[in-house]
Amino acid sequence: MSAGVSTWDRRPKRKLADRDDLLAKLFMLPTAVYIIGLVALPFFLALLFSFSDVTTGNPSLDFVGLRQWRTILSSSVFWTSFWNTIIFTGISMVLIVVIAHILATVLVKDFKGKWFVRFCVLLPWTTPVSLAAVSWLWLLNSIFSPIDWVLRWFGFIESNMYYLGRPVLAMGSIIAVHVWRIVPLATVIIMAGLMAIPSDIEDAVEVDGAGFWRKLWEIDIPLTLPITAVAVLFGAILTFADMTVVFILTRGGPTQSTQVLSSWAFFKGIEGGDLAQGAAIALFLFPLLLAAAIVILRAVRHREVM
Amino acid sequence: MRAPDTESPPEGGGLSMAHVVEVRGLKKHFEAGDVRAVDGVDVATSPGEYLVLLGPSGCGKTTLLRIIAGLEDPTEGEVLIGGNVVNGLPPRARGIAMVFQSYALYPHKSVLDNIDFPLKAAGLDPQERRKKAEWAAKLLGIDQLLHRKPRNLSGGERQRVALARAIVRDPSVFLLDEPLSNLDAKLRTSARDELKQFQERLGTTTIYVTHDQVEAMGLGDRIAVMFQGKVRQLGPPKEVYSDPADTFVATFIGSPPMNLIDRGDHLLGFRPENFLPVDAINGRGGNVLEVDVQVHRIEYLSGDRHVYATVPSLGRDGAHIIARIPPTVDVPVFDDRDQRFAIHERDLRFFDGNTGERVPPRPVRS
Repeated sequence: MSAGVSTWDRRPKRKLADRDDLLAKLFMLPTAVYIIGLVALPFFLALLFSFSDVTTGNPSLDFVGLRQWRTILSSSVFWTSFWNTIIFTGISMVLIVVIAHILATVLVKDFKGKWFVRFCVLLPWTTPVSLAAVSWLWLLNSIFSPIDWVLRWFGFIESNMYYLGRPVLAMGSIIAVHVWRIVPLATVIIMAGLMAIPSDIEDAVEVDGAGFWRKLWEIDIPLTLPITAVAVLFGAILTFADMTVVFILTRGGPTQSTQVLSSWAFFKGIEGGDLAQGAAIALFLFPLLLAAAIVILRAVRHREVM
Repeated sequence: MRAPDTESPPEGGGLSMAHVVEVRGLKKHFEAGDVRAVDGVDVATSPGEYLVLLGPSGCGKTTLLRIIAGLEDPTEGEVLIGGNVVNGLPPRARGIAMVFQSYALYPHKSVLDNIDFPLKAAGLDPQERRKKAEWAAKLLGIDQLLHRKPRNLSGGERQRVALARAIVRDPSVFLLDEPLSNLDAKLRTSARDELKQFQERLGTTTIYVTHDQVEAMGLGDRIAVMFQGKVRQLGPPKEVYSDPADTFVATFIGSPPMNLIDRGDHLLGFRPENFLPVDAINGRGGNVLEVDVQVHRIEYLSGDRHVYATVPSLGRDGAHIIARIPPTVDVPVFDDRDQRFAIHERDLRFFDGNTGERVPPRPVRS
């Protein structure tokens, strides 16, 4: 090497890529903008609205205290929607977890045509909502329902069922369509949990001589519980805050029997123009969702696995 | 391990001649990649025997064990346990117990529930289950850990739980898949000793898979050395060590491995510890082969001197060899110097130049 000329003699320069502190801020910026602009701002705006009398017709913001809250709490539609939301979420979640677990158990096995079954299971997830809505409206149509046609052909029913026209059947239909929509997501999550069980454990279960049900209850379910809880959390939030199915199929009817809090908030606040009450109804969901999320996340963390 | 007061399972269970594993013409082909994992294996164990399947990774030893366990189906051949063909039978119907490399303890169950699980699956009544589980826990010295979860146990304790879970079912055969490989080196030696004592006490036929020749030599009554899906040699440790059936066994077993010198149509082999300075070997009787060696380097390893040298007179291109001089030999050996070494002719082994298989002795006078 020639004397005195080394690459290290040049003055060291810090490039942008070397400045970790600046990079961290730069990379966080889009997320921060997104969360503040599209989550935090609307949330606090809604909170503000719920204590005012703002409507689409009269956008001036007058503070009215708890009046909007008192109004919705004394409304019978609110309580109908509240219990409907609980029933809708509860029954949906039970069905989703059970069906998703069964599908996941089948799909982690090796069999011929597995890719086709997987494709079919994931199909509802990839179907555009509008297309799914049209199909379901046709399937559940009061006059042209193919389900009714098949049932009539077999002689199970005399006349049409009017799925969306009777309170219990309407709620059943809403739940069925929602379960159909969420099951693929839950299946994929639970499948990941089942595949994460080490193959040595699977072999040990076989050597120890446990049958299908014992393996299911003593090994598979306990070991997939944490990830199932995550699936339940996602599913519950998607169900609790969902209004698409109700909006498309029944618009809350007949006689509010399928009205849920999120759909009622939409009808009141956006279609009815009463932004303040819509905000108050929508905000009522928030503490419930928060509580559910905290309970589930804690359960997952404290669960003694691995 | 503390001495247990009951030496046999509560409900009898001793041994009989029928409790032997035998495989006949066993083959296993995996479609994916067209792998012949097991390529024609015939092995039979005798009652109470400790049989070790030894080989490098990918030699088919674990696949063979899994086929015996019933976790894999063979492509061809038969598996017999206790004299009956068990092909197609599920693992639970074969009277086997298996300890896995990872131990495969159920992470959400306590030690007691882990040990109890196979008994529960077998449908035993709770009283008997408790008796058996406590017997097994006591035998392995883990009776004070019964209510802990696996993640709160050390590696050695986990291994004992896995063993306890294996013995409660009173199996006719233990299948152990590298049960020591997850332990650190220090613990491994004592665990190996415990494992051997434990097996001797129970007297249960054991098939043990390992890639570690030290474990194999130390534990096995017989060793089956496997390579590329075939058993290359089956015999007691001493025989496998000093009379290897081919060059693979010769070089796989022993550390440093057997020296092999290419002599055209055949290979000349000898163990490093048999090749000594001429002064150290005189007076032991028998025909002795004396040669000049050029010493290149000497290593001191746990008291032994490992001498790296060439022996030009024995093979072409200067025949590189390693000699291992035990601490009891104090003849001086120097780097970069020619010296006279010797070996008894009875310690020379000969292998075919093409197939690598053992052949009768040839004249080696240089």
